[in-house]
Amino acid sequence: MSIVMPPFDEAVLKRRGEIVAALRRIVPGEGVIDSEAAMRPFESDGLTAYRQLPMVVVLPETTTQVAAVLGYCHREGIKVVPRGAGTSLSGGALPLGDGVLLGMAKFNRIRDIDYENRVAVVEPGVTNLAVSKAVEHAGFYYAPDPSSQIACTIGGNIAENSGGVHCLKYGMTTNNVLGCELVLMTGEIIRLGGKHLDSGGYDLMGIVTGSEGLLGLVTEITVRILKKPQTARAALLGFAASEDGGECVAKIIGAGIIPGGMEMMDRPAIAATEEFVHAGYPLDVEALLIVELDGPQAEVDHLLERVQEIAKSCRAVTCRLSNSEEERLLFWAGRKAAFPAVGRISPDYYCMDGTIPRAKLPLVLRRMQELSAKYGLRCANVFHAGDGNLHPLILYDANKPGELDRAEQFGADILRLCVEVGGVLTGEHGVGVEKRDLMPVMFSEEDLNQQQRLKCAFDEKSLLNPGKVFPTLHRCAELGRMHVHAGRVAFPDLPRF
Amino acid sequence: MADSFKPHDAAEVEAAIRSALADGKTLELTGAGTKRSIGRAAQWDATLDLAGLSGVTLYEPEELVLSARAGTRLAEIEALTAARHQELAFEPMDYGPLLGTASGAATIGGVIAANLSGPRRIKAGAARDHFLGVSAVSGRGETFKSGGRVVKNVTGYDLCKLLAGSWGTLAAITDVTIKVLPQAETEQTILVLDQDDIAARKVMAAAMGSYADVSAAAHVPAAPAARMAETAPIRTAVTALRLEGVAPSVAQRKSLLEALLAPFGSLASLNEVNSRAFWRGVRDVMPFAAAGPVGQHDVWRISTAPSQGATVGRTLAEKAGAEVLYDWAGGLVWAALPAADDAHAPLVRSAVAASGGHATLIRAPAAVRAAVAVFSPEPKPLAALTKRVRQSFDPQGVLNPGRMWAGI
Repeated sequence: MSIVMPPFDEAVLKRRGEIVAALRRIVPGEGVIDSEAAMRPFESDGLTAYRQLPMVVVLPETTTQVAAVLGYCHREGIKVVPRGAGTSLSGGALPLGDGVLLGMAKFNRIRDIDYENRVAVVEPGVTNLAVSKAVEHAGFYYAPDPSSQIACTIGGNIAENSGGVHCLKYGMTTNNVLGCELVLMTGEIIRLGGKHLDSGGYDLMGIVTGSEGLLGLVTEITVRILKKPQTARAALLGFAASEDGGECVAKIIGAGIIPGGMEMMDRPAIAATEEFVHAGYPLDVEALLIVELDGPQAEVDHLLERVQEIAKSCRAVTCRLSNSEEERLLFWAGRKAAFPAVGRISPDYYCMDGTIPRAKLPLVLRRMQELSAKYGLRCANVFHAGDGNLHPLILYDANKPGELDRAEQFGADILRLCVEVGGVLTGEHGVGVEKRDLMPVMFSEEDLNQQQRLKCAFDEKSLLNPGKVFPTLHRCAELGRMHVHAGRVAFPDLPRF
Repeated sequence: MADSFKPHDAAEVEAAIRSALADGKTLELTGAGTKRSIGRAAQWDATLDLAGLSGVTLYEPEELVLSARAGTRLAEIEALTAARHQELAFEPMDYGPLLGTASGAATIGGVIAANLSGPRRIKAGAARDHFLGVSAVSGRGETFKSGGRVVKNVTGYDLCKLLAGSWGTLAAITDVTIKVLPQAETEQTILVLDQDDIAARKVMAAAMGSYADVSAAAHVPAAPAARMAETAPIRTAVTALRLEGVAPSVAQRKSLLEALLAPFGSLASLNEVNSRAFWRGVRDVMPFAAAGPVGQHDVWRISTAPSQGATVGRTLAEKAGAEVLYDWAGGLVWAALPAADDAHAPLVRSAVAASGGHATLIRAPAAVRAAVAVFSPEPKPLAALTKRVRQSFDPQGVLNPGRMWAGI
């Protein structure tokens, strides 16, 4: 583990027995877990390279209990790490050895489905897919669909501002949530938003979404539900050069078409998935593009024809249009199985998540091939081409000494490259512990200090999920200090009227 | 002493704020000044005029992205994107007609600071949803940036969301990057005639719950409808539903919607040209324009659940003689109330409290805006958090203090 976490608070650890007893008074029965064996399943999340047993696990069932646990920890100076389903790929739910792991799994009810207002009110432990399932019979669905949607929870989606393959057209989590009940580290309970649009004051819902569990605990969420598109059809397009594929993506968007999904795979990813699921992908192409149009039948048919024309103008060597639901799903089968398919050709893989301006794709792919040679590790790419979100999968073998380290260095180089070409460190997986120390690549100290000052407004003692997102922990008092120069006659050349 | 700073670049903005900090002065942030009368009437020592930060710095149509300095005119951006058949999909309203200020003059910084949107809000979101990246100077006189130029980005806190709708109370925005989207090829609007507010609510709910992919839904009662050129000849209330997209799609959805809505009442439609003009009128609340017959009325903007809009609207109409116009499928209520010393704030606040949502007093004389809460008062722990958030950006309260709430 190359990441340094905050040092253990020995004073807190010495009081462990007393703390466990106090937590048991708040959450009775089996809601407090303190045996090593029973805590073991909580030691890691989706970023399995990092493991740490928490001091104690608490699984509250009510908002009142959450507020009491946080209030207690705030008074006693005890750190808290929130956890949903533990599917974070960036270590956002990595426990702290001197902290309480607060699991929200028992908040698993859907409280209200309101079709007239097209919203659902759910608890944070409800899985992403369960929301869509609950409204499916009425022809509705919840749009953000991260690939872990069968397991990941809405609470975790809020923390990470999760995306999915349909982001370009339907937005990320932040564009699809209207309100929440939030418990602050002090134990205070506040409500943000509701069934109405926009905030009457500061858009705190917008800042809580994607805050990686550093600002508060969400105990109820109001999400928008949308009418399911009437139909969907896909085009499967193969290109002899990745530049041609990139040009095709740009031209589709330039023609005013916003596909429901637009996914690209490179040659190693195509080969791995075709061997695994036999979706009929061409094996002689450098880039494979799946373009899905959704909406009314007339619109989908009309636009799919235009996509086909554009693809031909971009020298597509394969061009197939789905003519049935089975065929559409077959086109997707390979892409959806890309991660396990890559898992079959390598003992381990490390999934990266950067976003780049789309036009930079050919350049980034070329540079990645150079890095691949430099580190002696293979790399397969799947790419949300519509929104520029790149998922390079670095193949390595953890049993070979040094390979994990090399994979991590390779990954960090890829993310630096993303920032260099005008992109960002993470498109949807979050910073967590994984990319924490890379934050200065994208942000100045001033940028990070302002973000941390905002954190202080929510959590003045820095007890909620410390050690995540920010590379350096500052005391709030130190961050808040102002350095105003007393000089009276400053800025003489400033235009004044 | 009414000092005024007119910086031309971000460094000068930083210098101006540091100067105000050193002198212990407060600043009023302005762009084109079109929304200057929104907010609490408060006094500031000097003006920080950001209109000098002008110009589009990046526009890549195929990347769906545009960057501009905060003082760039919205009209300039709209002309540039329209030439490539693109637009700001959130359809930002123009407050000029309603407030009696210059029309078409707003700056992109002002659009974002007020988190504007329009009828397409229900489908495409507000300014907040299209605001990808920012550079700004905090009330500490420090330049910071957040976000980026790509749509999918979760690197650090999303400060863009917080700055959108913060009315210049956290930082002076100097540069913005926004998402642009393709314009729809064509549009049509279906009108359901002569519905009362409650019946209209049902019409809009049926349309929004259908496969028709409605991009705007409004109900304009008879009196305001008579003040719009496109609906005046009809002489009844209109419940309007907009369909946008490629021609074959619009045609198919139009038949679907007509079949669905026929049982509710007589139907009419607006062709592309009239549809565009009508929705611009709804967007800018033209029936309540400062130059029109209710130009002296106080105007409230209320956001509530779509199912609650008509209840709020009827309460205000029955108890205070309000004229009401509904957008956002009923969830946005524009209410024009006969002028009163308190702008009927207790009535409006209690009606909104019963239904959930928030209300902002958009148009009222300065004396009224000094006396009543313009933005929704927040419950205690939330108000305290709001204050801490404000202080984390502007501890000395130098930027627009008191504009949103007294003492903040």
